[in-house]
Amino acid sequence: MGIKITKKCIGCGVCVDVCPYSAIMIIEGMAVVEGHCTLCGACAEACLEQAIIIDRPAVKPVAEQDKDQWRGVWVFVETHGTDTSPVSYELLGEGRKLADRLKTDLSAIVLGDGSYKTDDLFARGADKVYSAAHPYLADLDTEICSLALLECINRYKPEIVLAGATSFGRTVMPKVAATLETGLTADCTGLDIDKEKGLLLQTRPTFGGNLMATIVCPDRRPQMATVRPHVFKQPEINGSSQGEKIDVQLAGNLTSRISLLDRVVELVAGEKLEDADIIVAGGRGLGSTEGFEHVKELARLLKGAVGASRAVVDEGWVPYSHQVGQTGKTVCPKLYIACGISGAIQHLAGMQTSDRIVAINRDPDAPIFDVADYGIVGDVKEVLPLLISSLKKEFGQA
Amino acid sequence: MDIIVCIKQVPGSTDIKIDPATNTLIRDSADAVINPFDAHAVEAGVALKEQYGGSVKVLSMGPPQASEAIKQAISVGVDEGFLISDKEFAGADTLATSYTLSAAVRKMASYDLIICGKQTLDGDTGQVGPEMANHLGIPCTTFIRKIVEVKDGFMKAERLIEEGYEIVEFPLPAVISVVKELNEPRMPSIRGLMAAKKAEVPVWTAQDIEADKERIGLSGSPTWVVKTFTPVREKNNVIFEGEPEKQVSDLVARLRDEGIV
Ligand SMILES: Cc1cc2nc3c(=O)[nH]c(=O)nc-3n(C[C@H](O)[C@H](O)[C@H](O)COP(=O)(O)OP(=O)(O)OC[C@H]3O[C@@H](n4cnc5c(N)ncnc54)[C@H](O)[C@@H]3O)c2cc1C
Ligand SMILES: Cc1cc2nc3c(=O)[nH]c(=O)nc-3n(C[C@H](O)[C@H](O)[C@H](O)COP(=O)(O)OP(=O)(O)OC[C@H]3O[C@@H](n4cnc5c(N)ncnc54)[C@H](O)[C@@H]3O)c2cc1C
Ligand code: SF4
Ligand code: SF4
Repeated sequence: MGIKITKKCIGCGVCVDVCPYSAIMIIEGMAVVEGHCTLCGACAEACLEQAIIIDRPAVKPVAEQDKDQWRGVWVFVETHGTDTSPVSYELLGEGRKLADRLKTDLSAIVLGDGSYKTDDLFARGADKVYSAAHPYLADLDTEICSLALLECINRYKPEIVLAGATSFGRTVMPKVAATLETGLTADCTGLDIDKEKGLLLQTRPTFGGNLMATIVCPDRRPQMATVRPHVFKQPEINGSSQGEKIDVQLAGNLTSRISLLDRVVELVAGEKLEDADIIVAGGRGLGSTEGFEHVKELARLLKGAVGASRAVVDEGWVPYSHQVGQTGKTVCPKLYIACGISGAIQHLAGMQTSDRIVAINRDPDAPIFDVADYGIVGDVKEVLPLLISSLKKEFGQA
Repeated sequence: MDIIVCIKQVPGSTDIKIDPATNTLIRDSADAVINPFDAHAVEAGVALKEQYGGSVKVLSMGPPQASEAIKQAISVGVDEGFLISDKEFAGADTLATSYTLSAAVRKMASYDLIICGKQTLDGDTGQVGPEMANHLGIPCTTFIRKIVEVKDGFMKAERLIEEGYEIVEFPLPAVISVVKELNEPRMPSIRGLMAAKKAEVPVWTAQDIEADKERIGLSGSPTWVVKTFTPVREKNNVIFEGEPEKQVSDLVARLRDEGIV
């Protein structure tokens, strides 16, 4: 068990460059691994000579778990009253493809107080809908929902369970995975099925988007993943489709130790950043709170949402709920307009998958231009008012 | 109030860059730092101790070098730290990591609160806190941005969600994971630096924490990284030219033609 360098090593040093932990060195023409290696596998993947072998023991299945009994793809549908979180639709679209590749069913699992209309989920691709209704499930309590999801998984044994990487999904899924003692892959941006073994291939950004990793869970079931919102497209609505609805009677005790005292909505321009089709985002280049008003005005005009770099949030020009990036939100709107934002890697991590990116910056070498589709090199304080008046003319408002 | 803060040592944040020629990660130096979110977790622990009394300890699983991170935590006011380090732990995924940390927590005396960061800079999953709470059988709340109060064995706190925040209350002991908005980590004091210099960091092996061999390291990790690669960015971008007025009208025309506005 562990990492071995074989005689094939030619001492080229490629592994040294890719090791994120500086745990491999070249000594006398051969690669040597140091004790603090984390067995992350980056070096083995990079070595062109295939000189690095990381062998791993098979992980024991949990108490007589028969993998073949676990069938079907599940999407956890996050509901807010009668509304559906957009990421759940995105997952149904992607889940459909996975289920087809595995020649199995796609199911939606819904927890709530029963007011949610599930018909819509068939039209988005689900073959079955499992619906567990209980008054206690209305509030999205993370402990109660974990217990309910756990009970459903144990009863129906899906091979794959997907949920949105929202604040809710990223809290509930680890609790469930830890109890089931199975693997969970965080914040995926790519999903596929491995042709040979039928395993779920889960690709996710790590190191703040600098390194992509593909992860599998071969020995335990279910294979669980949270998936980043706005990465996959919502499926077309198929009006005629119908399916099987299963009303789940929960037998377990639904209790929570956490009480929700209040939920406070804190966004400036009405719309949730994650759901917006258009985002106008501002950076330190706006210069001041007053300068930032241009960004808000443009967002209002385009009926979009307001985004911000961390620098701007740190300055206190807008609340944290507007921050886009590695430590803020990940967004994928149809149009992202970056105004006076340099394009630090941590910012790009949150917005580079947007359909169209427009950058306005006075520095022609700003990294934001590397990801932009359209760029204007100029002073935001001059360009934004021009853009606003030009769009007003376009919309017949001037 | 007795507090345990979990910290991870990660490769220095700003050092991570892409070499455009080989498209691989390059590091300016081999610096390793305390995971940035964990610095906020440490600050939260020290501040709670100052307010309510008690003790604050840090726990880290990692290579021997990670004792440096523990010493840094001591320099900003943590009482003592423990390093969990053993070759057997290498290759741990979040399930094995959270199990290992929970085994170490069990070995420590009683505690009221475990504080984790929201996520790390390298693995970046944010799963260790909630999974550890499950192993210990205690509640967990995530994305804490403000601790309102601790009273009669309960904590009241604000938790970030997509559209704003929630105010929640839960009994202790519990695990919380914290975001940067919670606080501003302090600089080390002279006294702290002296304490850090003198500090001996005990190292616990798998045997010391009585960990089940099948639940740690590679053997206890259901997930495997099968491939890593650097993302490719390809874009054909158009930079408009001419007077600002002309650039703006060209942009508006493009967006109109594409049906975006
Ligand atoms: C661990 C970690 C996590 C982070 N997470 C995030 C995150 O989630 N989100 C995030 O955004 N950042 C994040 N950051 C910070 C990030 O590294 C940058 O510091 C930040 O994004 C910079 O914001 P900015 O582009 O607004 O400011 P700056 O980098 O200061 O850029 C300002 C830009 O405006 C331009 N400019 C100035 N004046 C004008 C003008 N009059 N007209 C036009 N252009 C002008 C300048 O040329 C410059 O390009 C993180 C950093 C770390 C270390
Ligand atoms: C490229 C790559 C991708 C990976 N993807 C996955 C994945 O999808 N699923 C998975 O299960 N594992 C994954 N791993 C393994 C994972 O990084 C390790 O399990 C790691 O030990 C802990 O996870 P994390 O870094 O994501 O921590 P997080 O869960 O992000 O950490 C949250 C908090 O837990 C505490 N904490 C975390 N680690 C330690 C520690 N060692 N000592 C003390 N406190 C700690 C800190 O307070 C931290 O802020 C991946 C590893 C690599 C290298
Ligand atoms: S990349 Fe492969 S061949 Fe090159 S030094 Fe490393 S182990 Fe040897
Ligand atoms: S497995 Fe990862 S940590 Fe170990 S030497 Fe290779 S790249 Fe470095």
